[in-house]
Amino acid sequence: MSDLSNDQPPHGHTPKGRKLSAMLDRALEHVMAVIEWPFSLLQRVIGLRRMPYVFVLPNMILFGVFVFVPVLLAIAYAFTGGTNLLIWERPFVGFDNFARLLNCGSFLDPASCELDLFWTAVFNTGWYTVFNSAGTLVVALITALVLQRLTRGKTFFRAVFFYPVLLSPVVVALIWKWFLARNGLLNAVFADLMGERVIFMLEVLWSRFWVVYVSIWFHMGFYTLIILAGLQAIPRDIYEAALIDGTSRWRQFWRLTLPLLMPNLLVVLVLLLIRSVQAFDEVWVLSDGGGPGTANTFIVQFIYETAFATDVRLYGLASAASVLMGLGLLLLTLFQLWLAKKVET
Amino acid sequence: MTRFLTRTRAKGRMDITDILTWVWLILGTAVIAIPIGWAILSSVKPEAEINSFPPTFLPRAAQELVIEGYDKPLPAYSLDEEGGGARLVGLVRRIGLVATVVDPAAPGERFKVEAERLTKQTELHAQWSNYTDPLERFAFMTYLRNSVFVTAVATIMTLLLNSMAAFALSKYRFRGSNTIFVLILSTLMLPLSVIMVPAFMVIVGLNLADNLWGVIFSTVATPTGVFLLRQYMLTIPDDLIEAARVDAASEFRIYWRIILPLSAPALAVLAIFSVIWRWNDFLWPLIVLSSPENYTLQLGLNAFQGQFTVQWHYILAMTVVALLPVTVIFLFLQKYITEGVASTGVK
Repeated sequence: MSDLSNDQPPHGHTPKGRKLSAMLDRALEHVMAVIEWPFSLLQRVIGLRRMPYVFVLPNMILFGVFVFVPVLLAIAYAFTGGTNLLIWERPFVGFDNFARLLNCGSFLDPASCELDLFWTAVFNTGWYTVFNSAGTLVVALITALVLQRLTRGKTFFRAVFFYPVLLSPVVVALIWKWFLARNGLLNAVFADLMGERVIFMLEVLWSRFWVVYVSIWFHMGFYTLIILAGLQAIPRDIYEAALIDGTSRWRQFWRLTLPLLMPNLLVVLVLLLIRSVQAFDEVWVLSDGGGPGTANTFIVQFIYETAFATDVRLYGLASAASVLMGLGLLLLTLFQLWLAKKVET
Repeated sequence: MTRFLTRTRAKGRMDITDILTWVWLILGTAVIAIPIGWAILSSVKPEAEINSFPPTFLPRAAQELVIEGYDKPLPAYSLDEEGGGARLVGLVRRIGLVATVVDPAAPGERFKVEAERLTKQTELHAQWSNYTDPLERFAFMTYLRNSVFVTAVATIMTLLLNSMAAFALSKYRFRGSNTIFVLILSTLMLPLSVIMVPAFMVIVGLNLADNLWGVIFSTVATPTGVFLLRQYMLTIPDDLIEAARVDAASEFRIYWRIILPLSAPALAVLAIFSVIWRWNDFLWPLIVLSSPENYTLQLGLNAFQGQFTVQWHYILAMTVVALLPVTVIFLFLQKYITEGVASTGVK
């Protein structure tokens, strides 16, 4: 670290602040000296060429223990039964868990299935995915186009639209729960216009609408930024050429912007689909655990509750549902790769 | 919609696309700001105010008068005079339709009036005890401490371990480096929800269930972090490293003294993301942590709002506390965050 006493004090830095940062520097120096010692010793023993393995090792151990091992275990768990968490004490049941999940009179009617809650969750997640992905894509695209147009205030509005993305799911759910509450602001307006209050989160259609609305509100800014980056990558001279040719703006959008933006939009769409399928946090808190009834119960909630939130913890069944969902997500990812290739050619 | 892409505009003239642009911007800002603003305003309202309908816009509370000769402040009422006009009085007691009041100007004499002539007076009032009560009476201080601990420790470990891996993957050629990189990247696609059951078993196997370290260790190795740092380190010239080796610096010294300081911008972006991830994390802590004394702020908030009698005045105050650090970070580092997201495509 540089010798701070010889530097010109940076503007606005008090001598006290400088002293503090010099102290921190020295403390860090000591800590690193302690860490450095075993590393240099190791280097002397195993040689320079093996050092990169030492550097990646801590990360790879954590990845292995918390990601790669669980992936293998997830598949193993799906083929076992019982309620014991320890895998070696669980009986092998073959495809029983999958058979139970897929045991349906008709796949279009969740009520005809052995595990009707799972299929209700699949259908709820499906509809949510469709509306949330489409809604977010449209809103984010319009917002990105609007922001791209701005000459002044762009940074400010970009920040405004992005801000909700950084909030926690619980915070977002609580803010909206309060907004939609019986005594909430929206009901004050509603009571004024319609003469009566609506308890939004207790009515099936209203609650589904608000779940999608809040999801769009929450995540839209993230996708706006990605689309905006795509828009900024479109060379401007293309538009100048179009302007000289007298192309109308409507045509410009459909013939130039949209095709050039397509690869970007596809990435956004697939990201949206993948994330929508896994929706849980804010929906679960906002809808008080998937309510009313099971109107907003999604797949991840089914997995979580089957494995962790009941007295009889069916880890095998939950894992089987996870594996099915994982396969669905894998298909979506492969679909994206295929699409990306197709768009490129 | 059709004309959003105009690049050239006549100066000083607003056409329809300009109007639509500003309508969208202002409407969007309102849609985003109103629910948040409403929660913040409500968080300083007293309980009685929170539960009343229709809601008042600004936080108000019953006005009270301190009158000589009375131990406690009296609730203030406005008394309609028979000849028109009104004056401020303190309510001493009320029995049925008759109320006993006292005029602050003449504290000695009480008089009786019909209760219907009285209207309750309120004044602007911020109920700060909504913030202090939960921190003292409930376990929110513990939740806050746990959240700060997890966020700080996990972020420091993430920066250290991810940068070490990124250093190896960007500055060395070694057998298996590509395999390792692809393995790390493949976990980007792997959501927690698919592996949460066996991941929890691993936590139990390591005896880390219901332990803050269980939350920390399992999230330290991030594919995003390794990827982001590696891409940045690739731009650092190798000559610097060669020169250091000639000076007999150890590999760790090179990492610590050359690579890390030069990667500061990328490290800063990762640090910001890491803090936000950990502070906001919900599902994984929900699975790992089971006893309330180990809850993070998010879990505590969720548990508190799920109770039978919902105490919104406390919940909203704690919601604001949970939203504050992220907001402050965003206010100061807004540029780095939006640019980091745009360039890496992660959040």
